Amino acid sequence: MSKIKKITKMQLFLPIFSMLLVMFVNVIYDIASGNAPFSFFAISTQLTSSGNTILYGRLIDILNRGSEVAILAIGMTLVVSASAGTDISVGSVMSLSGGMCCMLLAGYGVTNVSEYANPLWVGIGAGILVAVVCGLFNGFLVAYLNIQPMVATLILWSAGRAIGLLLCNSAIVYVRVPSFQFFGSYIGFLPTPILIAAICVLIMSLILKFTALGTFVQSVGINKKAARISGFNSAKIILMCYAICGLCAGIAGITATSRIYSADTNNIGLNMEMDAILAVALGGNSLGGGKFNLAGSIIGAYTIQAITTTLYALGVSSAQAPVFKAIVVILIVVIQSEPVKEFFKKLSANKTAAKEA
Amino acid sequence: MKKLKINGNSLLLVITIALFVVMYAAGCIVYADKGFTHLQTFLNVLINNAGLLCVACGTTCVMLTGGIDISVGSVVAMDCMLLAVGMEKWGMKSPVLMALVLLIGVVFGAVQGFCIAYLDIQPFIVSMAGLFFARGMTAVICTDQVSIVTDQLFVKLSNTKINIPFGIGAYTNRKGVLQIPYVRVSVLVALLIVILVFLMLKYTKFGRSIYAVGGNSQSATLMGLDVRKTKLKTYVLASFLASVGGICYCLNTMSGTTTQATGLEMDAISSAVIGGTLLTGGVGNVVGTLFGVMINGTISTLVKSNGKLVSSWANIVTAILLCFFIVLQAVLANIKERKKA
Amino acid sequence: MDSNIALTMRGICMTFPGVKALDNVDFTLKKGEIRALMGENGAGKSTLIKCLTGVNKFEAGEIHVDGIEGPIVNKDTMDAQHKGISTVYQEVNLCPNLSVAENLYIGREPLTKIGTVNRRRMNQMAAQLMKDLDLDIEVTRNLEEYSLALQQMIAIARAVDMESKVLILDEPTSSLDDNEVEKLFHMMKRLKKQGVGIVFVTHFLEQVYAVCDGITVLRNGTLVGEYTVEELPRVKLVAAMMGKDFDDLASIKPEGSMDFTNAPLEIDAKGLSHAGTIKPFDLEIHKGEVVGLTGLLGSGRSELARAIYGADRAQTGTLKVNGKEEKIKSPIDAMNLGMGLLPDDRKAEGIIGDLSVRENIILAMQAKLGIFKKIPMAKQIEIADQYIEMLQIKTASRETLIKRLSGGNQQKVILARWLATNPDFLILDEPTRGIDIGTKTEIQKLVIKLAQEGKSLIFISSEIEEMLRTCNRMAVLRDGAKVGEISGEEMTQEGVMHAIAGGAAHE
Repeated sequence: MSKIKKITKMQLFLPIFSMLLVMFVNVIYDIASGNAPFSFFAISTQLTSSGNTILYGRLIDILNRGSEVAILAIGMTLVVSASAGTDISVGSVMSLSGGMCCMLLAGYGVTNVSEYANPLWVGIGAGILVAVVCGLFNGFLVAYLNIQPMVATLILWSAGRAIGLLLCNSAIVYVRVPSFQFFGSYIGFLPTPILIAAICVLIMSLILKFTALGTFVQSVGINKKAARISGFNSAKIILMCYAICGLCAGIAGITATSRIYSADTNNIGLNMEMDAILAVALGGNSLGGGKFNLAGSIIGAYTIQAITTTLYALGVSSAQAPVFKAIVVILIVVIQSEPVKEFFKKLSANKTAAKEA
Repeated sequence: MKKLKINGNSLLLVITIALFVVMYAAGCIVYADKGFTHLQTFLNVLINNAGLLCVACGTTCVMLTGGIDISVGSVVAMDCMLLAVGMEKWGMKSPVLMALVLLIGVVFGAVQGFCIAYLDIQPFIVSMAGLFFARGMTAVICTDQVSIVTDQLFVKLSNTKINIPFGIGAYTNRKGVLQIPYVRVSVLVALLIVILVFLMLKYTKFGRSIYAVGGNSQSATLMGLDVRKTKLKTYVLASFLASVGGICYCLNTMSGTTTQATGLEMDAISSAVIGGTLLTGGVGNVVGTLFGVMINGTISTLVKSNGKLVSSWANIVTAILLCFFIVLQAVLANIKERKKA
Repeated sequence: MDSNIALTMRGICMTFPGVKALDNVDFTLKKGEIRALMGENGAGKSTLIKCLTGVNKFEAGEIHVDGIEGPIVNKDTMDAQHKGISTVYQEVNLCPNLSVAENLYIGREPLTKIGTVNRRRMNQMAAQLMKDLDLDIEVTRNLEEYSLALQQMIAIARAVDMESKVLILDEPTSSLDDNEVEKLFHMMKRLKKQGVGIVFVTHFLEQVYAVCDGITVLRNGTLVGEYTVEELPRVKLVAAMMGKDFDDLASIKPEGSMDFTNAPLEIDAKGLSHAGTIKPFDLEIHKGEVVGLTGLLGSGRSELARAIYGADRAQTGTLKVNGKEEKIKSPIDAMNLGMGLLPDDRKAEGIIGDLSVRENIILAMQAKLGIFKKIPMAKQIEIADQYIEMLQIKTASRETLIKRLSGGNQQKVILARWLATNPDFLILDEPTRGIDIGTKTEIQKLVIKLAQEGKSLIFISSEIEEMLRTCNRMAVLRDGAKVGEISGEEMTQEGVMHAIAGGAAHE
């Protein structure tokens, strides 16, 4: 009995369990529909129309499409940990940074180019810069004006997309230049977004390992008063977390834009903020702030993508998938809620009492 | 006797009303030639936002308790789809469907309210799940766009024009035809809701306990109020009003699609905030929300009248206003805190 | 029950896991009597009140209230209210966003025939109530427009209007200025005339003697005694609260007396204050000196230390550290000047519960170094192990989450946190609370050792012997202000008691 308890208490239990559950469902589905039992895991190679060999398979698909959410989850984890709040503007900021980038690459007012109006690094740099500025804006409102995170980020949630649309003169701007499309397509046989996500996760892991960022953020999130007595400046730390979240949104935005080599401001990042928040929650991190585990959030991000992909395979359309996401969200938070935890504690206490009696 | 010279909360409402008057006046001056000064323009704002107004009243009540409900937009979309599909594909009568929609609103709100009030889960998360659920259910009901044409009662309700009596605002247009300004049924419903909610908040025990819970829920408990029940009832009310708003919305659009009313919840929240409802709870009024909705609508109309500006500008202006009011609320709260110390 | 008694509590016992919070406690309150309930930290005051108001379920004993036959058991505060027992807390438990009239009547508003709230009637009743209690308040204004003192009186008015026979005032004067306290006393005396029995929970000595008829003293969960004000002069009250029998106080001379008049000053504070917590004070601390802060709980000891450290930023006065004038705006400024503060409430301001013992120990060090200079893991392990050994911290491993340790061991970890920063000036606020005897002595020895190394310390403790053993000098605080200092010959148990109590020595 106690071994099971030990396992369930592990920080990464929830995300790993969820991921395994999703894989299990896939295996069942494969068996039921007559495919080879583990075709979910099959990775094969394919030839593209341009004659390149690329990796192919459901797993690759999940890793590929889940890249943006994984990148967003990095920043969202920090924001949730430090401020016990969520940044709902990340989807709109993604769209804004994509719009800024394409606008610069194509030139203002131009909707279709096959070569750059400005250098590539200018476009990408500006896109990421504007995203960081958004993050600083959010962080300022939360850290220095003490506005609730959900409310503060509400502003950019509604304005971000609109500004992006204006930058692109209300049109979808196409940048049909291979070196730009590169970020969304393939590097060798591997989809580039997977690599971008991997690099971001790696960089953040290194930062967490070699600097005291984790300690600073968690201390402020767990006990703000004690952190203050021990010399931390919680406002600066919270501001920094939101800036990092903005940075992540910028990177994810450029990646998403590159995939479709256009700035489709209405659709880029749509509802992705919800996925990012869900990833953090599914990763075993408390939405009330405090201790965090980055690995959990990343696993959570890919699990959510896996859920989405599995649903498509099962015939659920993309518009209908949110129903299942909703059920998953509710299940997680209900189980994690205090009254339910108390209920289970009482149950097990009664069981042990009954045993001893 | 120490009294604050400026009551911060009424200041917010005054700013809101002033803002609306200024905006509308500016529109009348700048776009007089485009018919801005006609009463119908004003009434059109009401007609186009009747659904939003109902929804925003419910959202205001929820925010008064210190909570938030972001599922309302999706509930409206779900209701529209249900109405459309029910009438067109399942051959049901509109009164039955309307009652069904209201019932669904109550159940939806009860489930959300229970999770928030009794299981202590953050309102944002619960209503986010509600948003997902309702949005997805809209597509489950039907993925195509369905237009409402069959049900006679519903079509009649939608097309009915209620003329403004006594010839107020009537004018003869360039072609010599007499134009009488009118409103639609949905507007009357929305205004009725505003009045009812106003009276409820001011004169019933339930209404006063909403304010008490939002002001200080600990104190409210110690004073003997059932905080959890109050919160639950508020979320039920919000989803119910979202359904009422959904019916009004549907009377306007006469169709059900999966992408309807996206972002409506944020419009409702920003209308309430611009109308002076504090996000921390305990302060606010549906009168302010009414003006918030009107400001929202006026901005859209101004942008449209300009003709050269893209509709995105409306979003940006609303966001700037929202930012202004949020920061103003925070600054006023800070001043209050410092006066206390 | 005697007809002039409002409330009796007999033989109340209350146990929390592992701790007997109340052991056979009695409490008697007459009608029209104002009785102070006093006791130091952990005495059981709030536990007793919670038993009375139904928040705690006590295991043994009986409560009787005037007007109700037989012993009463309250299920919750509303139940207690219906039986005539109301409480007004320090944080006024009303809704600031509602009007005065609504606050008075919420939950019991007068209704119209159709069931809506009869606002006009409510306002009339409220205005009458204010008039009856001699309060000049417009009932239609919002509560938050009135000062805290008036808000408290409105809270009392609500309680009284609900037919209270017993009114419990829980630390009502902590946030009031002298004028406001006078107004409150005026109201209390008025209620006294109406026959209401008032329980006045407070730690302000002067106020007790200004308005109370009787005093009940608790210590460590037991009843020390129920007295009238006449039979308990100040010094005896202090002695009763701190557990010393006044007649056989042994004088414990401090170990070695040292002359610091020529030593350089580490801390030179002049006129520092923080609104609402500590009135302006001067304090000099020499290098290598241990200064104790003594006084009753709530007298301002912690607050004085916090004002120096910047935890509650000093709003007036000047501070010189090591001869140089400095401005301390927040704890990190103090830390960079070589200071450290071990706070008295480790749960609220000490432990970072979900982090490990190791992370908690190196926390302040890391804060000083900043984000980018992470302390290498090997060094963290070394430091953690060093202090686990030195302070004998009982933990399964250095990676155990601190919240799983016992209170005393948690305290040791926080102490280690500050020792690791090698401070020049260390403030220890109740460092030995919850720690076993053996380690208490270790810590006292450690304090003396640090002083010998030239460090300066402020030592705050509720146990006088402890301070006498370690301190060279003591500053005395009472009712939120520093009222004096004692040193040399005066540093005995007797001397300290007298200094704390104030007033004539043999009242």
